Amino acid sequence: MKTLEEILKFCEDVAFDLNFTHAKKWKEAKEGRVIVGYMPIYFPREIIHAAGGMAVGIFGGGDRKQIIKGDAYYQSYICHIPRSIMELVLDKHTDHFDGYIFPSICDVIRNLSGIFKQQKIGKFVKYMDFPQNFLPQIGGVFYQQEMEHVLKYIKEINGVEVTTEKLNHSIELYNKNRKMIEFIYNIRQEFPWRLSIVDVYHIIRAGTVITIEEHNAILETVCELIKQDIGAPQDKVKVIISGAFCEQPSVGLIKAVEEAGCYVVDDDYMLGSRMILGDINSKSENPLEAISNSYIKQSQFSSSIYDVHDPKEFRLAKIVKDRGADGVIFAAASFCDPSLLDAPIFQNAFNKLGIRYIAFQFSENINQYKVIKEQVGAFSDSIKLWEDEPIVAIS
Amino acid sequence: MAQEAQKERSMILQKEMIEGLFNDLGKAKETGKKVCYTFVPGNLSELIRTFDMLPVYPEINALQSAMRKKSASYIKEAERHAHSEDVCTYVKCDVGMMMKGNIGPTGEKIPEPDILLLSYTGCFTFLKWFETLKREYPNAKVIMVHTPYQENAKITPEMTQYMVKQFKEEVIPQMEAVTGIKYDEEKLKKILALSKEAEDWITKIFDTTKHRPSPIDAYFAGVYYIGPINIGFRGTQQAVDYYKELYKEIQERIRLGLGPITPEGEMKEEKYRLVVEGPPNWTSFREFWKIFYDMGAVIVASSYTKVGGVYDMGWRHDPSRPLESLSEYCMNCYTNLNIPQRIDLLSKCITDYAADGYVTNSIKSCNSFSAGQLGMMREIEDRLEVPVGFIESDLVDPRYFSYSNIKNRLESYFQMLEQRKIIHESEKV
Ligand code: SF4
Ligand code: SF4
Repeated sequence: MKTLEEILKFCEDVAFDLNFTHAKKWKEAKEGRVIVGYMPIYFPREIIHAAGGMAVGIFGGGDRKQIIKGDAYYQSYICHIPRSIMELVLDKHTDHFDGYIFPSICDVIRNLSGIFKQQKIGKFVKYMDFPQNFLPQIGGVFYQQEMEHVLKYIKEINGVEVTTEKLNHSIELYNKNRKMIEFIYNIRQEFPWRLSIVDVYHIIRAGTVITIEEHNAILETVCELIKQDIGAPQDKVKVIISGAFCEQPSVGLIKAVEEAGCYVVDDDYMLGSRMILGDINSKSENPLEAISNSYIKQSQFSSSIYDVHDPKEFRLAKIVKDRGADGVIFAAASFCDPSLLDAPIFQNAFNKLGIRYIAFQFSENINQYKVIKEQVGAFSDSIKLWEDEPIVAIS
Repeated sequence: MAQEAQKERSMILQKEMIEGLFNDLGKAKETGKKVCYTFVPGNLSELIRTFDMLPVYPEINALQSAMRKKSASYIKEAERHAHSEDVCTYVKCDVGMMMKGNIGPTGEKIPEPDILLLSYTGCFTFLKWFETLKREYPNAKVIMVHTPYQENAKITPEMTQYMVKQFKEEVIPQMEAVTGIKYDEEKLKKILALSKEAEDWITKIFDTTKHRPSPIDAYFAGVYYIGPINIGFRGTQQAVDYYKELYKEIQERIRLGLGPITPEGEMKEEKYRLVVEGPPNWTSFREFWKIFYDMGAVIVASSYTKVGGVYDMGWRHDPSRPLESLSEYCMNCYTNLNIPQRIDLLSKCITDYAADGYVTNSIKSCNSFSAGQLGMMREIEDRLEVPVGFIESDLVDPRYFSYSNIKNRLESYFQMLEQRKIIHESEKV
């Protein structure tokens, strides 16, 4: 696997393989391997790796899975992702998974964990309650207990006892992973034409369904390739996408935004893979504490993290400024409470800060986006028209 | 309501309590009492009272606004300010009310919060709600209490310790700082003893639906009964007196063989006994209730009356373990139970109260309740072979209450119940 085209093809194929065949083969290759499916947004995959397992992201069926059974579980006014997850599971796409993790992001995901429990899906179902208390001695300790709980489940399956060394090694691998992903975003900030946002998306999403070692190898090659002056710049404005951190828009929609005249220089599509900012201490005597501290002190802002001590609107405004973006596109999954409830907070602040934005809603299974494309196109045109105006008025 | 017209003593007591609270809130500036906004599920009334604060419950204001037909304009106001059509309408009603001057249900201005006590139990929207309010009230102190979810159907010692540590290291010191009052554990213990007493009484009250006819409706009237225990009076002698009085009145109804009181007087014939899951609709509360009592349906148990605490499984506040007990209380509220626990609890209600059917009122904008309800319904149907009914409405947004739709669905449901009764009776013969 050498050329960028080959890499991108591989990433797209594995990222959207609804049978998670790559992970299945990996598991079958050696006794004692476990697969743990996790839902958005974030989960500390390091701990699964250290326990001889593979954490596999489950981001719904997108526009590639017809929903029949899932609709019987969810009313029309609930977002789409839980029904497509149910469909995948009931259609046995995840039969080789040992357990499932439901990070605490919203009531829908939380209650979905209960449906899994009730239906006895998998060997274990863990709703992972991330702390909303950010003191290491309180929330941090609780978070470590949550991680220990997950490790206990895995040990019951494969008998693996995680050690400090193993955990620190896993942390190192994920630190490297995050660093390279950030490198890609940093390059794209200046040269967004070198790699389209869809390509970035495929590459990062692939990382949620293959091993960290394989993903790091891919990232290394990609990082090398995009150091070169490839592609040609186009007359597009730079935008940030915010609010699509759980249910994912279809690839066509991700593409449509760039086709409509915007370079997406940052986004939260695959927020979990980028949640921790900077490295996690990989030399600690207590690696679970290190992971916990990183979540408490170095997390990206998120709609599922209580934020009043560090308001998210200013954090997003800072990203806009740092990335030299011209505006923000708020893209929320329809009926997504966390995203939609945050919208007025962002928008009221951005009105005051003079940051341009538009907002639309999507559903993972919608592949008609003419209206959205027009809206984005008009947004890009309006920015070009006013390009001399200062936009971000924050320090 | 007709109940008010009949002026049972318990109703007068409740009215006095609520009026008293709003009067105190109106005078908070003069009296120097601090005002604490908080939520019903996982409400820490006893702690608020220990610090002599006055509670404000935004959800209660929202539902009262709906009953007084004011919610539509508040919601519109919020939607004009970027609030989505599809999120919890309590939030929008509250935000809209604030934007329009924060005039509360009694016509008096509700004072601004000194504390936003975010004991977020069983619902993520609470968190977003107070993030929104914090931007409007920058001087208010936000105190977060993270209640771990009963994901594994139990409360572990670690979960309790996590909460107790939050109380000791964060909540109490911050309350002390805002109120200038030192934490007095003895005072809290006394309050908790009264909470326990009120909880005993309310459990007995909801247990009276075992009688035939049921002397009360545990949903439509139940929402009034849970008022005092949920909105700040748990832990007071007033609440104990209220529940004692209410129990006495219900006993009298049992003695006389009477059914529940409805807005149109006594329900004459009890034809169907139902368990209801989900909050009620508030904008057309009476019309909604009427569909049931016109058909002779009485609700013998409901999940909604357990949002502010589940007492019927024997749990009580315990003065000898004050902070542990506050923690357990929060973790035990209905929406903090996992789905299998909810199913078990509702199944127990159906069995214990000999219900003929199970009805889900699915609230469009409340994922905490609604997400998972269909799966619960199927499981209950399979497990107990009880006829299940399903309707959809909203809490406080009148746009989402379709009277004819709900009526049609319920009528078909009652027909099904009727047929089933006939079959059962013929089988007995
Ligand atoms: S899309 Fe939003 S509401 Fe739906 S599960 Fe994800 S975070 Fe929750
Ligand atoms: S979403 Fe439901 S539980 Fe949460 S605040 Fe709204 S009505 Fe209450």
